[in-house]
Amino acid sequence: MIAPLAIVSTAAAVALVILCLAFLLAGWRVVAGPTLPDRILALDTLSGTAIGFIAVLAVKTGFSLYIDIAISLGLVGFLATVAFARFVMSRGSVAERHSEKTASAPKKPKVVAKRTRAKERKGKA
Amino acid sequence: MMDYAVALAVAFLLLAGSLFALVAALGIVRLPDLYTRMHAASKAGTVGSGMLLFAAGVASGEVAVFARALAGFVFFLLTAPVAAHLLAKAAHQTGYRLGPQSVCDDLAER
Repeated sequence: MIAPLAIVSTAAAVALVILCLAFLLAGWRVVAGPTLPDRILALDTLSGTAIGFIAVLAVKTGFSLYIDIAISLGLVGFLATVAFARFVMSRGSVAERHSEKTASAPKKPKVVAKRTRAKERKGKA
Repeated sequence: MMDYAVALAVAFLLLAGSLFALVAALGIVRLPDLYTRMHAASKAGTVGSGMLLFAAGVASGEVAVFARALAGFVFFLLTAPVAAHLLAKAAHQTGYRLGPQSVCDDLAER
């Protein structure tokens, strides 16, 4: 019969390997992600995976203090994502920034139309 | 006998949680556009890290630690949708379009 401790430590080792794989995949999206929100989303997932790592380490080593660290890391990750989302919003529209490039030309009319409509609404009020 | 039950529960939670985290990362890599990636990451990722925290709480065998792990899980459950919604709204407002396969955009200007 296998000892209970052996079961837990084997499962923790396997979980660490799987989490490593997840971490690498999400890290690839941070590097490759075509747009800024993609990278922010991948960073959010990275912080979630790091929380998982810390929880597995808490199981493996037996230090329950690691759980507090995981919770505070989750708080920091949440605040970082919110701040990045505000940054994306304050950076302005995609079509505006790339208006010289022809690649995003089809996107431009939509946003321009939106802008003028907003101005009209403002004028009425 | 109790030891075995706890050990098996912890092992199951560890494996399931890490597999959920792997599914979230796979979704981030494989799905076509930002919004579908967000759906994979914010759901599976939250459940993954929550199950791992839960495993740490169960493995410790103390009520205080278990309560803290549970509080952390609830905290992630509350904050992940808020963060995902903010990011999706910001991205949609600044003109990041949906992928070509998507059939419906309820936020689009008509």
